[in-house]
Amino acid sequence: MSTLGAEAVLTRPGALRRFSSLLYVRPRLLLLFLLVPPLLWLGVIYLGSLFSLLAQSFFYIDGFTGQIVHELSLRTYAELLSSRANLDVILRTAGMALSVTLAAAVIGFPVAYYMARYARGRVKALFYLGVMLPLWSSYLVRVYAWKLILAKEGIVGWAFDQLKLTWLLEGLLSIPVVGGASLSVSYLGMFLVFTYMWLPYMILPTQAALERVPLSLLEASGDLGARPGTTFWKVVLPLAFPGVVAGSIFTFSLTLGDYIIPYIIGSSRFFIGQVVFLQQGTAGNIPLAAAFSVVPIVIMAAYLTLAKRLGAFDAL
Amino acid sequence: MVAAVRFASVSRHFGEVRAIDDVSLEVADGEFFAMLGPSGSGKTTCLRLIAGFERPDAGHVHIHGRNVDGIPPYDRDVNTVFQDYALFPHMSVRDNVAYSLMVRKVAREERHRQAEEALELVRLAGLGERRPAALSGGQRQRVALARALINHPSVLLLDEPLGALDLKLREQMQIELKALQRKVGITFVYVTHDQQEALSMSDRLAVFNEGRIEQIGTPQDIYEHPATPFVAAFVGTSNLIEPPLAAEIAGTDRAFSIRPERIRILEEDAPLPQAYCVVEGRVEEVQYLGASTRYDVVIKGGARLVVLRQNDRGATAGTAARPGETLRLGFERAAIQVMPKSNDREAG
Repeated sequence: MSTLGAEAVLTRPGALRRFSSLLYVRPRLLLLFLLVPPLLWLGVIYLGSLFSLLAQSFFYIDGFTGQIVHELSLRTYAELLSSRANLDVILRTAGMALSVTLAAAVIGFPVAYYMARYARGRVKALFYLGVMLPLWSSYLVRVYAWKLILAKEGIVGWAFDQLKLTWLLEGLLSIPVVGGASLSVSYLGMFLVFTYMWLPYMILPTQAALERVPLSLLEASGDLGARPGTTFWKVVLPLAFPGVVAGSIFTFSLTLGDYIIPYIIGSSRFFIGQVVFLQQGTAGNIPLAAAFSVVPIVIMAAYLTLAKRLGAFDAL
Repeated sequence: MVAAVRFASVSRHFGEVRAIDDVSLEVADGEFFAMLGPSGSGKTTCLRLIAGFERPDAGHVHIHGRNVDGIPPYDRDVNTVFQDYALFPHMSVRDNVAYSLMVRKVAREERHRQAEEALELVRLAGLGERRPAALSGGQRQRVALARALINHPSVLLLDEPLGALDLKLREQMQIELKALQRKVGITFVYVTHDQQEALSMSDRLAVFNEGRIEQIGTPQDIYEHPATPFVAAFVGTSNLIEPPLAAEIAGTDRAFSIRPERIRILEEDAPLPQAYCVVEGRVEEVQYLGASTRYDVVIKGGARLVVLRQNDRGATAGTAARPGETLRLGFERAAIQVMPKSNDREAG
């Protein structure tokens, strides 16, 4: 009986069936088939081109000929760090990234908390839609829309005017450094647009982390005498922290690398992304562009090390 | 003496569902009180009302004579051992146990000293440095217990605390918990769906069904004298004989229940003791259970009787019946529990 059954199976050796049996016997082979295409993509095309760019930063431009000298040297880095203007660009960009990240965390956390803890069914779907909808429309369209919103004759100015608060807006714009002629050409306006753009990237990981905190932990904290504020600082925030850090990696690195928003919304003061764009394009100084693009990587590495020190990944 | 916990006609509704409906009960100070019932019977809601995680829609909850309706959990003198233990994963065992001390801003050395003491109480001394994730289920359960006891609450609430443990560990923890309660002298309110656990541990227990209390009493009371068919069926195994068969067998015009172990298998022609009820039936099923053997017997009118016979003389000794055979069964008239006349709850 049993041999008959076995023969019945064996007499239909389709190629596909033989292949799937092979994968069943050798699970590692399956893993190989699944991993090779993405690894090729990530490893060769993505990381490979990134490293070849970074390698350029160790070459330098000959000052007389304007030709790239293919010789390992730290000359380009010396050029990068010795120029006051370059350091300003780095500080300006990092400062903006930090402010945007903090603002996104502060604005995003309550939204994420509401989504994770209270919103159910339709309301939750609506929130997801609300958070992600902006990502579905063109980035450029949204930036130009903000340009109009923040312009002197735009809706923000109009609203301040209607509320008889023009003095407040003008007061804000008269603050040195962050102010400017109008919101659309000031750091303040750029900060608003950056925060708007990257907010979804902060909300979603934070919400996912909060979602994983069981309600019973909050109840236990209250049961043991902790008021809601204490529960927040001692239980909710530490457990959601990895999510906030994940979100901040997005907001921080996206701000560090962006060159379109500073170009459209900002003044003539450059950000890292713009300098990279200009150096490798118009100026043709690829080594300096490459050295500039190393800066965000170094900043992110330092940032992650700090986050790890703070215990951001302990609860993972 | 003022009751440790008193419910006065408490109801809690979730939309249309009446989680608990007009429940009144009193838990005495220092008592081990169990709340027993199937899932969704309202026992956990009762516990959450005492803890303050829920608020009554009607009625009042009192803890040691004080109305707590408007008092949030963090201002109540009760602590809870959660079903999933709810240990804080980002803190060490010691910090978990000392959490309530940290909240009350007790100095660090004092916190550590008391935490170590509490850990000793649950026999986990020296494990304070570990993370909860590094402990076994039974150890986590003890940490949750130590954390809830460190404040010496006036009432300790336990929500199916042994539910996640395997049988052997559960039995051991039952004994330990009971001993611990005697030692610390704190009122325990213990929620469980395990009738054996409720019977073996509690001083008194309340049997819940569909948001109401069916019966409150000592374990002996509940087992020997179930007040309703539900209690008879839920607590232990029980045979319920409905009228008119009840009149024929035991001479009562109401339904009665009889425990399987109270039914004897009668030897043929053996002389009958006084006040004995006798019925004949055909064996349907025989289950050998080790210490005892269970017989499912069909008697007249198609009614079924479960009979439990101790294997104290070996399983094969005496009247070992096989399926299909006819048996003569008998039990003392005094062993039956007559049900109340009309059970409006069953009808409603």
